[in-house]
Amino acid sequence: MAVQTKVSRRTFLKTVGVAAGTVMGGALLAACVPAAAPVAEPAAAGSTASTGQIKDIVLRQIGTGVSAMNEIQQKAQEDLGFTIQMTALSTTENNQRSITQPGTWDIFDGEYFSLPLVVPSGNLLPLDVTRITEFDKIAPLFTTGKLTEESVIAQGTAPHKVMFLTGADSTEFATEQTGFATLIPTIYNADTLGYRPDLVGRTIESWAELFNPEFKGKTSILNIPSIGIMDAAMVVESAGLMTFGDKGNMTKEEIDQITAILMEQKAAGQFRAFWETFDESVNLMSSGEVVVQSMWSPAVTAVRAKGIPCIYAPLKEGYRAWGGGLGLNKALEGMALDAAYEYINWWNSGFAGGFVGRQGYYSAIPENAKNFMSENEWNFWYEGQAAAEDIVDPFGTTLEKAGATRDGGSFLERMGGVVVWNSVMPEQDYLVQKWNEFIAA
Amino acid sequence: MSSLLHKESATALPSPNLSESSLSLADSAPTTVGALSAAAPSGIVVRGWRRIIPYLLAAPYTLVLLLFLVAPIVLIVTISFWQYSSFVMKPAFVLDNYLLVLSPVYLKTYLNTFRFAGIVWIFTVLIGFPVAYFLAIEIQSARLRMTLFLLCTVPFLTSNIIRSISWIPFLGRQGLLNSALLGLGVVDEPVSIFLFSDVSVILSMVHLYTLFMVVPVFNTMMRIDHSLLEAARDGGASEWGVIREVVIPLSMPGIIIGTIFVIALALGDYSTVRLMSGGQASSAGLAISNMINSLQYPPAAANAVILLVVTLLIVGTLLRFVDIRKEL
Repeated sequence: MAVQTKVSRRTFLKTVGVAAGTVMGGALLAACVPAAAPVAEPAAAGSTASTGQIKDIVLRQIGTGVSAMNEIQQKAQEDLGFTIQMTALSTTENNQRSITQPGTWDIFDGEYFSLPLVVPSGNLLPLDVTRITEFDKIAPLFTTGKLTEESVIAQGTAPHKVMFLTGADSTEFATEQTGFATLIPTIYNADTLGYRPDLVGRTIESWAELFNPEFKGKTSILNIPSIGIMDAAMVVESAGLMTFGDKGNMTKEEIDQITAILMEQKAAGQFRAFWETFDESVNLMSSGEVVVQSMWSPAVTAVRAKGIPCIYAPLKEGYRAWGGGLGLNKALEGMALDAAYEYINWWNSGFAGGFVGRQGYYSAIPENAKNFMSENEWNFWYEGQAAAEDIVDPFGTTLEKAGATRDGGSFLERMGGVVVWNSVMPEQDYLVQKWNEFIAA
Repeated sequence: MSSLLHKESATALPSPNLSESSLSLADSAPTTVGALSAAAPSGIVVRGWRRIIPYLLAAPYTLVLLLFLVAPIVLIVTISFWQYSSFVMKPAFVLDNYLLVLSPVYLKTYLNTFRFAGIVWIFTVLIGFPVAYFLAIEIQSARLRMTLFLLCTVPFLTSNIIRSISWIPFLGRQGLLNSALLGLGVVDEPVSIFLFSDVSVILSMVHLYTLFMVVPVFNTMMRIDHSLLEAARDGGASEWGVIREVVIPLSMPGIIIGTIFVIALALGDYSTVRLMSGGQASSAGLAISNMINSLQYPPAAANAVILLVVTLLIVGTLLRFVDIRKEL
């Protein structure tokens, strides 16, 4: 149903665009024509000049390392015939580079929550969705915010809220679908707490356990304000320590209150450490320094791959989700711009989606990813079914023995259980200031 | 011990000369420039383009300093008065950023930074002085001395961060130290305080910075005339008396230069504090790093300015006690 309405709305947009271009003027004409005109010309030029030059194109991608994998890069170059250079950065470095050094990248592989920071810089090109070949197949989570028709939209910077811009030169988010996208989604996932069942000795079922005195000095939370604050909000809310009007749009008073609680917990010695990078969280967990902490899905698999038990706990309060996608630099033009669009289309055409699917991430177009996964892999990662044979990650490590099921179950169960997204809020400056005080306290 | 020292006085003579000759080599560069520029006023008239030679010679380095030291500092000071929101910085003249840094949380951060620097300094002196003393005065063979000295520098062939991180598996709950203590029955359960605590931060900083104390102290000790030690001993001073009355006062310039190194390094440190405290301890450098990561450049700049001023004040005070040009 959701897909149906979306397609028709898009078709409607297209039709109106064409109609406006041919018949009458007005706002829509102004919005569509400048985007359409430069697109048509270089595309034609590109196709005539063709093979001689396409291989000279070099696209520089910056990203968070989640999707910057050698295997994906090589396959893309092989399939597309031009060069892609990938630079893996931390989440904060990635945002910084995209905002302050636009001359150093062509493709921005970033997270949706970064967009309220990145988009006002004007460095991102509003993407013409008519050039995204399978745009109508993209999971509705990104376009309408609803996984299924009945889904309740989660709090925080949900991707669909920052997915569209109001026009071809706009840096303003549109409240509904338009023909201009900020990022084209690639991968996403639902995050939760990870724990060591051997050291905890029972099942963890609530976010509140992070503040359980039982685990004093053995918990950790991640020190990236936009993500850490959402985990912290889930914890304090579950523990009954405070309530929020909207966790994705905290007031100054709420921020004061939650950081005060966090500082109290820190002073009481509840935390063992704060982590910032993927491997730090893996090391904390596998060394047993920490027994329960906020964690990312592949970090859990990395711990398990070492033969150490680790559970990615489905919690009764729900998940915190994140989504990433590809954006383009406003300075791109001509053949390089065509190539960049081709690259985005390639990303969601299946290979990359299947590749990251074997690490536990979800693809923006699951049906394409499915073509590049075995039936066993698809059933395990997406359907939540017991593995018929061993589950092996893309690098050859056996993650699960036959018979195992994914923590949290199927795609619908996990993504359907999302209650908050990583967030940049209106009070972002104040939040970061208070968060830094918490870390510095 | 004393016989060792006696033998030392005979054999050690060439080596102070050696170190002095190498020092004078380093001295010669500024003297030449000084002589050139001094030439004009002292009577010999330098004509034409030759007059500008000293300026030309000094120009490249002046330019480098202006571009890469003075300009960035001017920029940092300027930005520290700006306003900001999200990622946008707005030129302004506000004191908000400084007021933020003077808030109780950040004052505590600064106190903690000084505490770390102070404790680390004490340990580096307590460890560095005996090591330098052993190398410069106890060891008689110049070759053995240089070999041992180079051995001290071996750990510095790897990066700071790697040297810090390598402590983690050693100090953790399931680390070597805890396993050993458990095995020996000294403790019943793993001790948590070894890692991700002030203990591990200080341990790692002492490990990283002791050499910066050893080298200048060693350098000044090498220049102590050993006949002074003998004279003190002949005058009836005990071994400890010799150290207290002769060696320490004569090594003072080295200790102060070492202090400047260690304090400046410890005050500005952020990677060691973050890695070894698991992000739990605070320091001024770490606060700056967190602010930069959050794109809050103006308060980070204000923090940097304050840290710079504090460090300069400390270094300035210390320099009153030693003529650095004479010693280096």
